[in-house]
Amino acid sequence: MIPHSALFNRAKDREFKVDPKQAPTEDYHDILFQLEKEGEWEVQRVPEPYVEVDNKYGRKKKIPIERTWHHKSCGQCGHIPGYSTSVFWLNRQLGLDYHDPTDQTSCTAWNYYASATSNAAAQAAVAMRNFAAAAETGYFPIIHCATSFGHYKETRQQLIHSPELRRQVKKILEKLGKKLVIPEEIVHYSEWVHAVRDKIAARQTVDMSHVRATIHPACHYHKLIGEDAVYAPEVYGAQRSAIITSTLQALGMDVRDYSTWFDCCGFGFRHILVSRDFSRSFAVQRKIEVMKEEADPDILVTHDTGCVTTLDQSQFAAKAHDKNVGLPVMSDSQIAALAMGAHPYKVLQLHWHSTPNKDFLRKVGIDVEARWAEFEAAVAKIKSGEKSYLTWEDADA
Amino acid sequence: MPLDLTGRQYADVPYEEKERLFEEVKKDLRYEEYLYGCYECGICVAACPSARFYDFSPRKIAQCVAREDADLFYTLLNDSVWDCSQCFSCDRCPRKNSPGGVITLMREVAVKNGLASAQEALEGYGRVVYKIMATGTQVSPDMLQANAFPDWGPHVNDISDNLDEWRRAIPPETLHTTETSWKVDDKTITELYLIWHMTGVMDMIREIDEGLFMILQDVMEEKLEDEGYDVSFD
Ligand code: SF4
Ligand code: SF4
Repeated sequence: MIPHSALFNRAKDREFKVDPKQAPTEDYHDILFQLEKEGEWEVQRVPEPYVEVDNKYGRKKKIPIERTWHHKSCGQCGHIPGYSTSVFWLNRQLGLDYHDPTDQTSCTAWNYYASATSNAAAQAAVAMRNFAAAAETGYFPIIHCATSFGHYKETRQQLIHSPELRRQVKKILEKLGKKLVIPEEIVHYSEWVHAVRDKIAARQTVDMSHVRATIHPACHYHKLIGEDAVYAPEVYGAQRSAIITSTLQALGMDVRDYSTWFDCCGFGFRHILVSRDFSRSFAVQRKIEVMKEEADPDILVTHDTGCVTTLDQSQFAAKAHDKNVGLPVMSDSQIAALAMGAHPYKVLQLHWHSTPNKDFLRKVGIDVEARWAEFEAAVAKIKSGEKSYLTWEDADA
Repeated sequence: MPLDLTGRQYADVPYEEKERLFEEVKKDLRYEEYLYGCYECGICVAACPSARFYDFSPRKIAQCVAREDADLFYTLLNDSVWDCSQCFSCDRCPRKNSPGGVITLMREVAVKNGLASAQEALEGYGRVVYKIMATGTQVSPDMLQANAFPDWGPHVNDISDNLDEWRRAIPPETLHTTETSWKVDDKTITELYLIWHMTGVMDMIREIDEGLFMILQDVMEEKLEDEGYDVSFD
């Protein structure tokens, strides 16, 4: 007989519960350590102090707070350098020890997803070379790009399941004089921002309580091996990733929802470089216009190279089609740094962004003209040869 | 352009050739993780950005490989896979498939076999492949030129006009570069070249772009020789 409760199990009576048993993949921690016992590789432990957060299915993930090895992003460092600069600035302001390596290559995944001119073995070898380089320094990898983050999680999955791939990569690393060593956790920098958000909020000097924001979560952050993304019961009831939203809420911002929250940004890897009509159309029509119409935000905050690039750079051409654009785009690291009083040009490097952001800066009380004049004066010193570089001390002067 | 699924355009390609390429995809160690069958429910299509702008469907990809339809596979291999954004929104598939992952494998096979459609899709992309393979970082500051990104706005001009000084006006020392995204050690680059060599990636480049292969070969062999490695890409 059909139980009475089943007949009356109406949607409103059902309760959403986070359940580790529902995870589509096994708990990678157990396997990493088992393979270590079997002599397959070493596992680099997350250094103390760390913060434990929940991921999608309620498993715990350790986020290191310091002694971090910064796996930089090609697109951030190359085209939006204030993005990574803000991550470093936050570490310095919070007095945390970090390492910015030169023994690091790109994960090469942007190219791989764009052109497929690579293969599983090469991609895994690139990942493990970088991880070995990190382990040699004693610092723990923290990944700036969501594509590197997602791709490395995929690679971990493949290495776990394929002894053949492990053998192949081990042989390559031996030739390079490196060990096979895998980090205990693959950590995205925005998870670190999430983990230290209260420390950031405690040092906030710029009021943001009157700011309306929308966020865009990166596909390669929360969809690619999505079970290893950060969720929290207090943000969307743990039914969507808490990433970015948790940070902005800690800064007092009004984070607003919109109906295409789950949609991609339109980056497309190949498309953003050689087929941008697609990227522009998608970014503007499915994201920017929808956000503007439904949420009326002052700022759009995201946490990935491709997303900042596409959502920011796609708006200029759309003006020619009378599209409803003009929404400034920044990373969570930039917004967090701004909230703590970072210089908008010396640290956030906003002159590398496309969509006008001055109105937003004014709204949070920043004297845009004075700050730009300070940056120009610093550049003039470099041009005249009086200084070679703008230093960290100059950035805070 | 509407996708022609009749297969008429590839009628003169022998069925064995289509099957051979399909078998190459299935042989990849990731294939079993990416395809478990297909309910043909279309949830992947609902989540797919490329499906909104192109005549493109991850369901068709999953359905075609699950049904082992080599003819349709060949059509999609040539006329569809390059429309995908590789965002993996389709990973929300209730059957636990990754249609985007299957597409990655199909693209790899298309490149490895030097298909004309793959060459066409990657036209204009060679300089990016060169950058990543030769320098270890992909989109460098000096790529920001108004002629390359005319649609991004006037700030691209400002950046290229002031590139050197603006790079030196970034506090982290690793970011003062213009030709790479950050400063990469010579030893690190050498290690990257050895990875390309030992994994057969250069053979893929040769299939897709002979000219690019030769340029990369020169750069890599010289550097590896300088570092004491006797490595040839021939
Ligand atoms: S691949 Fe998955 S989501 Fe797409 S149609 Fe098949 S079962 Fe449905
Ligand atoms: S990975 Fe490709 S097929 Fe899958 S949702 Fe993204 S664009 Fe569509």
